Amino acid sequence: MSDFDPKTARAQVAIAGARGVTAGVLSDQPRKDVVRNGLFGSLLFLGIMIALAGLALLVGDNLIKGWPRLNMDLLTNGTSSLPANAGLHSAIIGTLWIMAFVILFIVPLGVGSAVFLEEFTGKESRFARAVEVNVQNLAAVPSIIYGLLGLAFIARGPLSLGFTVITASITLALLVLPVVILVSREAIRAVPPSIREGSMALGATRLQTVRRQILPAAIPGIATGIILAISRAIGETAPLIPLGAATFVTYDPSGPMSGFTAMPLVIFNWVKQPQEEFQVLAAAGIVVLLAVLIAMNSFAIWLRNRYEQRW
Amino acid sequence: MQASDIAASGPAAMKPRLEAASPRYGEKITIALLAACAAISVITTTAIVISLLVPSVEFFGDVPIKDFLFGTDWGPTFTPPTFGVLPIVVGTLSITLWSLVFAIPIGIASALYLSEYASRRVRRIVKPVLEVLAGVPTVAFGFFALVFITPQIQKFWPGFLGDEPGIFSALAGGLAIGLLIVPIIATVSEDAMSAVPNGLREGAYALGATKSKVAARVVLPAALSGVVAGIILAASRAIGETMVVLLAAGNTPNLTLNPTEPIQAMTAFIATTATGDIATGSITYKTVFAVAMLLFVMTLLMNVLSIRIVRRYREVYE
Repeated sequence: MSDFDPKTARAQVAIAGARGVTAGVLSDQPRKDVVRNGLFGSLLFLGIMIALAGLALLVGDNLIKGWPRLNMDLLTNGTSSLPANAGLHSAIIGTLWIMAFVILFIVPLGVGSAVFLEEFTGKESRFARAVEVNVQNLAAVPSIIYGLLGLAFIARGPLSLGFTVITASITLALLVLPVVILVSREAIRAVPPSIREGSMALGATRLQTVRRQILPAAIPGIATGIILAISRAIGETAPLIPLGAATFVTYDPSGPMSGFTAMPLVIFNWVKQPQEEFQVLAAAGIVVLLAVLIAMNSFAIWLRNRYEQRW
Repeated sequence: MQASDIAASGPAAMKPRLEAASPRYGEKITIALLAACAAISVITTTAIVISLLVPSVEFFGDVPIKDFLFGTDWGPTFTPPTFGVLPIVVGTLSITLWSLVFAIPIGIASALYLSEYASRRVRRIVKPVLEVLAGVPTVAFGFFALVFITPQIQKFWPGFLGDEPGIFSALAGGLAIGLLIVPIIATVSEDAMSAVPNGLREGAYALGATKSKVAARVVLPAALSGVVAGIILAASRAIGETMVVLLAAGNTPNLTLNPTEPIQAMTAFIATTATGDIATGSITYKTVFAVAMLLFVMTLLMNVLSIRIVRRYREVYE
């Protein structure tokens, strides 16, 4: 069609006609479909809005109810049976002590397990498969059962550490260890084999490859897993109940062998009190706890998205 | 070694040395330490099973297993004590049922919306918010159920449904747990839906399907096994949830599926009975561990089921 000139009137008419016919055939969506489509989309949108509204209501309700007590006194007052004097101070110290030891346990154990499973075992290794199945199942064990493990094995029984900070730390560490292992494995697996092969081809040993190439590349993912695990451990109440939650610790925990208390436990005790003032206090406490956890989770999610490496 | 040396020294010396120059004991020790780290999870499982099994076996020496599993009277701390576990098992199942009734439609709708309808920008904002919802501590959900959900239910209770729920009810607890497990169903389902190959969607569009038909009749069925796995995972989480049932659902063993009545869930029984001062070896102590054993077996079975479904589903598209 060498003599076709799109500028001529005839060509313009032909193009307009063709466009009209095509649009008429293709965009003629029956009205019924348009309505049904819109309705379905709005229903789905409504679903997600209900979930988000639930979160907003939870945060908003606690913020409004706890507002009168949201001040520095909440953070500096110790435990007290008088609602006017009660605060989170001992609980915050307790949570910090517990978390210090949780971190000490989960970082080497979690990363070590993940490195071993990803780098030093074959797919057909029976030990690796056993560990894998175990980790998956441990992740689904109800948290209260970890509390009973802590009671029967760590506080009493073989370890007999009593109802102390270290008992709480070990119990919570075991509870969140599967999270660290699963997320760290994912991060290590995302490092492409070419990095490994390149490193080994240059004469590095397997351990040198892990330490100098794989771990540095996987650190953002591993850090995400560790932060998520810690935030989960900070918010857990149920496993601490069998470990002597009923005991009213009125002093600041001072070390691994000291009696413990923790933020969610103190909040739980406040919720159970009949006085209205304690309910206000509980709401304020939940706001503090939520602020810490949301900050940590947001940081972890940001970290993951920021450093998500595409190889 | 020079090339001429190799040629001169004959076939025996030509064999290249591929083994390490030194035995590298340090590396071997480090790898053994890493293996020990991995073994911790096996040890943990063993410890859990032993710590639950030993008191449970002792318990079944005192109470016949038939009376425990099928008895309908639960009062282990009463005199005379009764050990029929059914009321608290039904309590747990009732809570789980009502939480799923709420969470399944919301979770699937959220997942479909995020995977099929949402723009990239919306998805990038909403997905992390859902993940934050998953990080809210359970004690906050329990308090929310007690001081917000229950009063709202009582305020807006339609009279034709019978008596309104009291301060403690399976419904309030179920709704709060439902909200808590929505992110599990939504994220697992969304992952499954994003894994559905685009070719399926394009094929459906080419045959003239509308967007809603593609979502409901192509993507959802193709991702169904992932969705089901997410639901099972969420159900197992709901069964094991403690704080919400403890604070909002009551502590009254009650053999009913009626959501307006207070109930006692298995986890709530464990948490109220196994406080730090419980005496090791007493019948109450053994009862707690027998209930925990049952709970452990229930969640374990559901988890194995969910893993199996996911594995089968993976074989289809990868």
